[in-house]
Amino acid sequence: MKKGNSKKSPEDRHPLLDQLGQLWRNKTSVVGLIVVAGFVLAAIFAPSLSPHDPVEISLYDQLKPPAWKDGGSDKNILGTDDLGRDIFSRIIYGARVSLTVAVVSVGLAFVLGTLLGSISGYYKGALDSVIMRIMDIILAFPYLLLAIVVVAFLGPSLQNAMIAIGITYVPRFARIVRGSVLEECEKDYVMAAKAVGASDRRIIFIAILPNCLGPLIVLTTLSFASAILDAAALSFLGLGAQPPTPEWGAMIASSRSLILRASWVMTFPGIAILFAVLGFNLLGDGLRDALDPRLRD
Amino acid sequence: MLAYIIRRILILIPTLLGVSVIVFLMLRLTPGDPAELLLGERATEKALHEIREHLGLNEPLHVQYGMFLKRLMKGDLGETIWSRQKVWIEVKERFPATIELSVAALFISCFFGVIFGIISATRQYSIFDYLSMLGALIGVSMPIFWLGLVFMLIFSVNLGWLPLSGRLSIGVDLEVITNFYILDAVLTKNWVALKDVLWHIIMPAVTLSTIPMAIVARMTRSSMLEVLRQDYIKTAKAKGLSQFIVTFKHALRNALIPVVTTIGLQFGVALGGAILTETIFAWPGVGKWMFDAVMRRDYMVIQGGTLVIAAVFVVINLMVDVLYAVINPRISV
Repeated sequence: MKKGNSKKSPEDRHPLLDQLGQLWRNKTSVVGLIVVAGFVLAAIFAPSLSPHDPVEISLYDQLKPPAWKDGGSDKNILGTDDLGRDIFSRIIYGARVSLTVAVVSVGLAFVLGTLLGSISGYYKGALDSVIMRIMDIILAFPYLLLAIVVVAFLGPSLQNAMIAIGITYVPRFARIVRGSVLEECEKDYVMAAKAVGASDRRIIFIAILPNCLGPLIVLTTLSFASAILDAAALSFLGLGAQPPTPEWGAMIASSRSLILRASWVMTFPGIAILFAVLGFNLLGDGLRDALDPRLRD
Repeated sequence: MLAYIIRRILILIPTLLGVSVIVFLMLRLTPGDPAELLLGERATEKALHEIREHLGLNEPLHVQYGMFLKRLMKGDLGETIWSRQKVWIEVKERFPATIELSVAALFISCFFGVIFGIISATRQYSIFDYLSMLGALIGVSMPIFWLGLVFMLIFSVNLGWLPLSGRLSIGVDLEVITNFYILDAVLTKNWVALKDVLWHIIMPAVTLSTIPMAIVARMTRSSMLEVLRQDYIKTAKAKGLSQFIVTFKHALRNALIPVVTTIGLQFGVALGGAILTETIFAWPGVGKWMFDAVMRRDYMVIQGGTLVIAAVFVVINLMVDVLYAVINPRISV
C-alpha cells in the first residue's frame, strides 16, 4: 500500500499529531508552553543557572533588598532572606522541587486512576460499582482537606505530601478513563479484538487506552497546575517540604514573620508559584481546545 | 421529584459510611500506638489504659469500628488533648465562623463571577472579555495563602484600611447568640459591632473568593455563550425585545443552570481553602482549629473535624443536586 520513498500521506499520521498541530494556532497555549518550558529548563539547569548555593547561609547578607531597591546589590538580584540565602537561587531550585512533586504525585494518580478507571469501564458490573463508590468517597472530602489529613497522619515531609496529593487526584483520572473506556468498548474494533482472542490486558492497554489519550493528556496537564498549587499550600502549612529545602510555599511560610520588614522575601516565591501554575493552566486549556472539544467548559 | 430526592439521600448513607471508615482507619493504620497518638506522649499509664478500654483498642478492627460508629451516632467525637474539651462542643463553637467566612466568600465570588461572565459573553472577543478571562485564569492559578499575605501587606500594613486579623476588635462588645457574628450584630441591633465584623471579614473573604470567582466567571461565560447561540434568543431579539431583557430574562435563566452546580462544588473549595485563609488571618473557625490540631498532633480533633467537614460538604452537594433538579425541569428522573 505504501510506496517506499513517497512522503507519508496525511492519513498515515496519528490524529493526535494533527490535533496537537492546532496548538500552535492558539496563542494562549503557546504562551503556556513557553512558560512551562522556562520552568522545566530552570529546574534541569538549576545548578548552572543559579548564582548562589540555595541553602548556603550567609549571615553578612541577611535581608538584603532586591537589586533595584536602595541597599540592594547585583550580587543578590532578588535580595536575600533572613538567613542571607539568595532568593533568586532558591526560586530556581524551587522549580526543581515543585516540578518533581507535580510529576510524582500526578504520575501516581495517573497510574492508579487509569488502572482503576479502565478496569471499571471494561469489566463494568459490581467491580465497577465498588471502585466508583470508593472514588466518590475520596471526592467527599473537600479539596486539600484529605491531603492535609493524610499528611497529618503520615507525618510532614515532601514525600508524604506527594503521596497525599496523588491519592486525592486518583478519582478524577479514574472517572475520565472510565468514561472513555465505556465509550470505546461499544466500538467494533473492541469486538474484533475480542473475536480474534486477544487477552483483556491486551485489549485494554494496546487497543482501548491509546484512543483515550486526548482527555488524559489534558487532565494531566491541568493536574500539574493544581498539584504545584496544592504542594505549595501543604508546604506553606508546614506539612510538605521541610527547611532548608528551597520550596516556594515553604519560603512564603518562613517569610510571614518578616512581612513588616522585608516584603520581598514573600513576594517573589508567590509570583513563581503563580506563573508556574498559570503556565500549566494555559497549556492545559490550549490542549483541551485542540484535543478534546467536549471537555471545554 | 420526591423519589429522586429520597434516592439521593439513600446514596448519601454509603458515602458517609465510607468517609467514616477512612477517618477510622487513618488513626489505626498510622504507625505507633493509637492510644499514645491520641493522648500525646505525656499521658499516664492509667489514662492510656482507660482510652484503650473506651475505644476498644484491644478488640479486633471490625469491633472497634462498630464501637466507633456507635459513639458517632451519639455525637461523641472524643476529647481534645489540648483543652480536654469535648470535640463536638468545639466544632459547634467554631463551625459558624467558617460557614460565615465561606458564605461571604461564595457570595462575593458568585456576584462578581456571574456579572463578569455575563459581560464577557455578551461582548465576546472584546477587550473586556479578554481582560476578564485573563483575570479568571490568573484567579484559578492563584496561591491564595500568598494572596492573603499580599492583601495584608497592602491593606493593613501599608494603607491601614483593614484590620490585620481576627474576627472582632478587642473592646468591641457583641452579644453572641448564634456565633454567626454578622447575624448576631444585626439581631442585637449593634451597628458598631456590625461594622467591625464586616471590616474584619472583607480581607479573608475576598482572599477565599478568588478561585471560586474565577471558576464561576468562566463557567457563566461559556454557558451564556452557548445559550445566546440558540434560536429562541434570536426569536426574542427579532421580536424587538431590548438587549437587557433578552440577556437577563431569557438567556440568563437557562445559562445559570449549570452554574448552580459549579457554585455548589465551590463550597468544597471554600471549605478546604478555609484552612489556608483562616490560618493566615487568625480566623477562629474549624480551618484554623484543624491546622492547630495538625501542628499539635491532636488526632481526636483531626478525626472529628475531618468527619464534620466532609459530612457538611456531602450534604451541601446533595442540596445542590436537588436544587439543580428543581430549577432544571428537564431532569425529572
